[in-house]
Amino acid sequence: MNDRALTPPSQKSGGHKDIRRDLLLIAEMVAPKSRLLDVGCGDGALLEYLAREKDVDGRGIEIRQSGVNACVARGLSVIQGDADTDLPDYPDAAFDYVVLSLTLQATKNPRKVLHEMLRIGRRAIVSFPNFAYWPVRLQLLLGGRMPMTAALDDPWYDTQNIHLCTILDFDDLCARDGIVVEQRIAVDGKGNREGWKLQGNLANIFGAQAVYLLRRRGA
Amino acid sequence: MSAATPRLHSLDPIGPGHRVTLGETLPLKLDCGLDLGPYQVAYTTYGRLNADKSNAILVCHALTGDQHVANTHPVTGKPGWWVSMVGPGKVIDTDRYFVICTNVLGGCMGSSGPAEIDPSSGKPYGLRFPVITIRDMVNAQAMLLDHLGIHQLFCVIGGSMGGMQVLQWAASYPERVFAAIPIATAAKHSAQNIAFHEVGRQAIYADPNWNKGDYFDHGVIPRNGLAVARMAAHITYLSEAALHRKFGRNLQNRERITYGFETEFQVESYLLHQGSTFVDRFDANSYLYITRAMDYFDLAAQAGGNLAAVFQGTKTRFCVVSFTSDWLFPTSENKEIVRALNAAAANVSFVEIETDKGHDAFLLDEPEMFRTLKGFLDGCAEVRGLNGSQT
Repeated sequence: MNDRALTPPSQKSGGHKDIRRDLLLIAEMVAPKSRLLDVGCGDGALLEYLAREKDVDGRGIEIRQSGVNACVARGLSVIQGDADTDLPDYPDAAFDYVVLSLTLQATKNPRKVLHEMLRIGRRAIVSFPNFAYWPVRLQLLLGGRMPMTAALDDPWYDTQNIHLCTILDFDDLCARDGIVVEQRIAVDGKGNREGWKLQGNLANIFGAQAVYLLRRRGA
Repeated sequence: MSAATPRLHSLDPIGPGHRVTLGETLPLKLDCGLDLGPYQVAYTTYGRLNADKSNAILVCHALTGDQHVANTHPVTGKPGWWVSMVGPGKVIDTDRYFVICTNVLGGCMGSSGPAEIDPSSGKPYGLRFPVITIRDMVNAQAMLLDHLGIHQLFCVIGGSMGGMQVLQWAASYPERVFAAIPIATAAKHSAQNIAFHEVGRQAIYADPNWNKGDYFDHGVIPRNGLAVARMAAHITYLSEAALHRKFGRNLQNRERITYGFETEFQVESYLLHQGSTFVDRFDANSYLYITRAMDYFDLAAQAGGNLAAVFQGTKTRFCVVSFTSDWLFPTSENKEIVRALNAAAANVSFVEIETDKGHDAFLLDEPEMFRTLKGFLDGCAEVRGLNGSQT
């Protein structure tokens, strides 16, 4: 999953303690001293941050050799693999959290991936770009071409995003599949998360991306 | 190999290092059901053992390797087989770690094997040496560690058959292995690999000098058979791309083809050289025994067919490494190990190194592998508390 390429350049570094703002949102949801699997962990920035700041026992999966090598060289436990094929190898409830950041829309079978995450983790943390974000709507409505934004920055013929969805779509899937949304944070194009525009159903218009904390009903 | 009474600190003609006699009171219980004892283990060490004996790294050699991992080889005069990895300032830094490498049981560089003298007859064992397994090799190494007073290894590392020993160590003695690095290996020897080994063994059997293993009695050695075995095996250690890059269809010392059966192509000359130099340093019967040990290796079979069960509850930190062009121990076989470790919720890292050098890549200069393993070892050393003077 070349997931992190989806992130706008402005968010890629800098800001808070050297990790991207969207990763920081995820980090906020994680309890200290927990066990966590980061699927599509890139160069291990989130894992390293969580190990340092929250004493989290983290593992990673990353598809690119360069990413895996960077992680292992940082002392992180990371294997080469991807969300679609490697999650079934893990036992039930092996982790407190399974994280999938800006990658769900690039998986072959996102619904299956989601359920696998909730099988091997007590909680899942998922973030994705919102396809109902207003600039996306406008570009399609007025321009008549596939929209390109900071979060969706590849042309249609180059993109890895094969299962794009909106915040409402994702809410529907959770409701249909018995997945409880414990927390949802929507952020606008500038990374802001406060304000009435990003609450409730309006988030589906003004949110550029969303981060969900999920668990299975009854779990 | 002349068999001699065990000597310490002087192994001539099998080179520098040490040799101990073990199993005098308690013999080694072999997988084949027989007891072996007393037996010899020849080994080398590099670096210094720290006060709490927590910085020992066991390096496990492959099929045709030996204990001379980082010193000049006593027979060939060439540098040790892993000087790129082991030495002062290297990934396995002998300024920092105490490195041990043993000649495996069944080998021919001083540990008990078919070329050594059978005390009961005063003649070389030949095929009367008991058939040994990877687990027997590891048990013998564990006895050596007991002898050295080392309870836990900081790390066990090895490629190919060395990787099999690493996996067996982690399975048999999980509390004695802090970190494990199996490289270019498998949890079981594949049908294809058994097939290649059988070709090598048949070449040895077919040499009239072999004499059913009693060639020393006849004052000969099965040079041709062992050389052919080595040539066939050597091809499996490379890749099509590597062979093409090195030799292509280049002709050997000639301008054009000669329509005959002399050495026509460079690749033929290379293989012949590989075969003939190998014979000078390796025993044919040892080759039979060690290939057999690899063939028998099937770690999952030790736990009722469930590989994950082998590693259940392990605290060892693993780093599995494979190479893209390795078709002898392909990435898929290495990933099977990773899958089992994940299923056992073990602490595991896995990298596939991109290279065209085939299986032998683990012995060669692979900067990505060095970088990865250095990072892994540094991380483990920090957790183990070995970084005191470094940080």
